[in-house]
Amino acid sequence: MRHGFLLIALLGAATLGGCTEGVLDPKGPIAAAERQILFNSLGIMLAIVIPTMLATLGAAWWFRASNTRARYRPDFEYSGRLELLVWSIPIMTVLLVGGVAWVGSHDLDPPKPIASAVKPVRVQVVSLDWKWLFIYPEQGIATANQLTIPVGTPVSFELTSSSVMNSFWVPQLGGQIYTMAGMTTRLHLQADHPGTYRGVSANYSGEGFADMRFDVDAVPPEKFAQWVDAARNAGPVLDAQAYVDLAKPSKAVAPFTYRSVAPDLFTRILSSSVQADGLSQLTSVASQRTE
Amino acid sequence: MNLLGKLSWNAVPFDQPIVMGASGGMILGIVLVLAWVTLKGYVPYLWREWITSVDHKRIGVMYLVLAMLMLLRGFSDAIMMRGQQAVAAGGAQGYLPPEHFDQIFSAHGTIMIFFVAMPLVIGLMNFAVPLQLGIRDMAFPTLNSVSLGLTASGILLTNVSLFVGEFAKTGWVAYPPLSELQFSPGVGVDYYLWSLQISGLGTLLTGINFVTTILKTRALGMSYTRMPVFCWTALASNLLIVAAFPVLTAALAMLLLDRYFGFHFFSVDAGGNAMMYVNLFWVWGHPEVYILVLPAFGIYSEVSATFSGKPLFGYRSMVAATMVICLLAFTVWLHHFFTMGASANVNAFFAVASMMIAVPTGVKIFNWLFTMYGGRVRFAVPVLWTIGFMVTFVLGGLTGVLLAVPPVDWQMHNSVFLVAHFHHVIIPGVVFAAFAGYTYWFPKAFGFKLEESWGRRAFWCWFIGFHVAFMPLYVLGLMGMTRRLQHYDVLAWRPWLLVAAAGVAIIFAGVVCQIVQLVVSIRGREALRDVTGDPWNGRTLEWSTASPPPAWNFALPPHVAERDAYWAMKRLARAKQGEPAQAREYSAIELPKSSAIGFVTAFFAVVGGFALIWHIWWMAAFGVFGAFVALIVFAFRDEDEVEIPAARIAQFERARKAEVAL
Repeated sequence: MRHGFLLIALLGAATLGGCTEGVLDPKGPIAAAERQILFNSLGIMLAIVIPTMLATLGAAWWFRASNTRARYRPDFEYSGRLELLVWSIPIMTVLLVGGVAWVGSHDLDPPKPIASAVKPVRVQVVSLDWKWLFIYPEQGIATANQLTIPVGTPVSFELTSSSVMNSFWVPQLGGQIYTMAGMTTRLHLQADHPGTYRGVSANYSGEGFADMRFDVDAVPPEKFAQWVDAARNAGPVLDAQAYVDLAKPSKAVAPFTYRSVAPDLFTRILSSSVQADGLSQLTSVASQRTE
Repeated sequence: MNLLGKLSWNAVPFDQPIVMGASGGMILGIVLVLAWVTLKGYVPYLWREWITSVDHKRIGVMYLVLAMLMLLRGFSDAIMMRGQQAVAAGGAQGYLPPEHFDQIFSAHGTIMIFFVAMPLVIGLMNFAVPLQLGIRDMAFPTLNSVSLGLTASGILLTNVSLFVGEFAKTGWVAYPPLSELQFSPGVGVDYYLWSLQISGLGTLLTGINFVTTILKTRALGMSYTRMPVFCWTALASNLLIVAAFPVLTAALAMLLLDRYFGFHFFSVDAGGNAMMYVNLFWVWGHPEVYILVLPAFGIYSEVSATFSGKPLFGYRSMVAATMVICLLAFTVWLHHFFTMGASANVNAFFAVASMMIAVPTGVKIFNWLFTMYGGRVRFAVPVLWTIGFMVTFVLGGLTGVLLAVPPVDWQMHNSVFLVAHFHHVIIPGVVFAAFAGYTYWFPKAFGFKLEESWGRRAFWCWFIGFHVAFMPLYVLGLMGMTRRLQHYDVLAWRPWLLVAAAGVAIIFAGVVCQIVQLVVSIRGREALRDVTGDPWNGRTLEWSTASPPPAWNFALPPHVAERDAYWAMKRLARAKQGEPAQAREYSAIELPKSSAIGFVTAFFAVVGGFALIWHIWWMAAFGVFGAFVALIVFAFRDEDEVEIPAARIAQFERARKAEVAL
């Protein structure tokens, strides 16, 4: 009973807390669908868990040694019907939640494009020590610690890491995915409402991890075009040398933009960690990190 | 060539007052205890009766002492972290720089899993399993002592890292590439790796020992279906140890090769792949959860049956559920990284497999419920822990199944929601069980009960404190707070973190109550004395012998005719009341001789491990060579058993009967 009260209080509080920002306050279709799955699974399980908790407390209390009205059955140790019941209750719960999980895993599979009439924006993401690099290959620009996306447009992410593992997470837009050196992961997100959303690395990556966050600015499409234009006319160029400089460890980097990006930079970042090529300096970058 | 490898005075962090204070306090404490023991003249006694003992009961107690001490250490780390996150909001950096904070959360996880939860569970199994099986010792008593020594070595090395050098700054999972030499060039990861390799070897030997003991050396008549459920869960747990720990050893060995010899198993370059480590780590890591929690379930089974005055409901279901968990434990590891980008089918498969574990676990909860149903439940302290566990654990299990749903996991993974979840299952699931077991078997181990009222206070502090400390983390996780943050900028998180810190303070009060309880109980031991050997009206064989049991456990080997063997014996004795008692014939008993090999092994393991961490090669060679010589010397020992004459056993039994009659 204490627990039920606590739970209700906490759920209430969680909902309130979630209103400010977070998983319970989705701003896009993926996060909204994931929240719905969270609620569905929670509901299915609470229907079993709350009665079980009450029954536990009830049985313990009623059958307390001092209660003379309770019937003592010292040999009650087996009942086929009850056994059937205790196996079937959790099995049926798991069937339901398992179904939710199976369908959800496929529907919301991160590499799966979001069905939309609008052409997606492509963003290539590189996690560095300890900041984020976002390359817009179609626009030919890049940003650090700052992701601007058009509202109502699917965003197609390809992600990798320059060195250690991180996890790209924008709670209000949808679930996270790891970034790993030499490998690409894929993720599709979309913002339906303009606003600024918090993005972070969710996977601990070393000393500067706590500051490894960025803002996602979701802006109307026309503003996005303006922003791209503005970005093309200011800031440094992201070539191999600039990348090597950026990859050097640094903490709490203020956001900035690159006016142009060397073609195929993302592909070269991806392969540089598996084979030495034009960017062979990259591997030596990591060792400077520790000093 | 430097004779001391990488070791120099720079390794001691003189410039960090918190570290120096903590290690200074620790060293002072150790020196004071050693001085007291020496001055009181206890050293020969400790050496003879405890350190060189191969008696499973003594070894079990020593495991528990180690675990409790390490619980204090791990809990101090927790206090530091909660304190840091309570203040480091907005632009504030708190009192712990990342350098130190990162070591603390890594040490907290490593210590709590490997050096608290594992020795708690192994200690209780060591103490209770042979007694419940009705046998005189483990299958390999001396090996048992070596296991303890290796575990203690790992613990010692981890704690030395506080003072000399540093601990890992990689989190307790030590994922590469972060844990590779390239990104963690210090000795921290080496401390982590060698501590776990050494203690892991001890754990593997323990696993082999228990599997052999349970399969091969049960009392006469104790068929598998008459085995107490705690022994069943111990069997399942140790089968998991034998199957899973070698995987951890191999994964860590590959990381060691990467770090020491420039291999490229998990490195970012030359074809290394860190995903392999993550997979291997969790192929061990998920079964590890069940290694810990299955014996805990066994303890709850014993406690709920004993204090309800009823046999366990659904014994066969319980055994089946245990073995199903044992198997399924190896089919779910991928749920620790649904965010790695596996295909939808793979994620979905592991999601459903993970949820399937909730079925046997749910069955267990219902079976405990029906064990109380129709019983006469005495609300002794172990029962409080049990009921507290049941109502708490179902919610922890619920959030676990939530996290097993991949779309939910993509949102909640690596957030403090996950932190809340695993504390929500491990604290009630393992720590509460250990406290229940500690209270339950304490009179058996020492001959007097633990004081009740302080035990109740401890329970309520832990129970309330746990919820105050961890429920806010669920909220924070939903608000998007990730784990392992040294500081944060979202001020809305702070109130919740302050509540969590208050929860830790309440748990701290619980820990204080437990210390007071122990002191009060020792001082009032005459009033709490258990002369019957059966203080709880128990059901299993450990309660049929004296408290504390003699070195030989049972004067006559018990014959088991049904499940809950001692309960049956008591019933039979009542039925036969009035009939003249048969005179008992005792015969001499051979017991394994005490051996210093466990201590010697531990010594060389610490020396060798420390040398390897600091690249002091001559000393590493000395450690390995010393251990080898010790093994040879041990193998050529003249006699390995002592005989207890029948007269002494008869005398002990007469004295005990007289005491019971009083």
